[in-house]
Amino acid sequence: MASKKFLFMVDKLPYKAESSRLALTHAIASQTVDIHLDEDDEMEEPVIAFVGDGVLNCMKGQKALECYGVTSLEMHIKNALLTDIKVLICKEDVERLGLSEDNLIMDAEDIGADMQSEIVPFDDILQQMEKSNHILYF
Amino acid sequence: MGKLSIGCFSSLIGSMTLDFAVKLAEAARKKGHDVDIWLSGNGTMLSKKGQRKFQDYSSLEKPVTDLIKGGLTMVACEACAEARGQHKEDLLEGCDRKSMDWYLASCFKADRVIHIGGE
Repeated sequence: MASKKFLFMVDKLPYKAESSRLALTHAIASQTVDIHLDEDDEMEEPVIAFVGDGVLNCMKGQKALECYGVTSLEMHIKNALLTDIKVLICKEDVERLGLSEDNLIMDAEDIGADMQSEIVPFDDILQQMEKSNHILYF
Repeated sequence: MGKLSIGCFSSLIGSMTLDFAVKLAEAARKKGHDVDIWLSGNGTMLSKKGQRKFQDYSSLEKPVTDLIKGGLTMVACEACAEARGQHKEDLLEGCDRKSMDWYLASCFKADRVIHIGGE
């Protein structure tokens, strides 16, 4: 039986390009990857890590639907939490940008998710990189 | 021999990233490795047939078509392509369209993954 772990890394700004959206949709697509795998293969729950300017994707109160007519990245992050994807936000970058937990999407209780985002030191993200079989850097 | 999975998210013209990916795929195929190329976002432009060759731009349709005939697997994200007005009838011969979970499965089965993010 093969088991593999994927890490999705996002360091791009929200809405400037579609990178962060694609990172989230690819991570969420891991929920249906089983249909393409052999019976004994298993993909571990993926991790998505926001680093650098990418932490701005995790800002609360996004109005993408009103402004651009598209689903917000906030909704995608909440869907990721709903599907038990581990969401990590780099602590050093949160502090560098003058943000705190209050500004960020820390949970998705409103849509029934148990999982919560975690603000962690970059060293923890580095550990996740070391534990992963593949890192998809968006 | 191994398996290489390449994810490409950059645009066809205006970036040399796809040129690099195609050259890398060609080199890997010459060494006998299996290669999957996943095209997502602006990268789906590479899957469109009828690309016109100009002296000022690199042209990838011919090398990609040859690689596909030689055993390369190239798949474009269906939603990304449709959002850009590229329909099934616009696809390069031998290229397929699937959803993102196909790419993740390709990565799962690969020995090495080169994921080239967008601009």
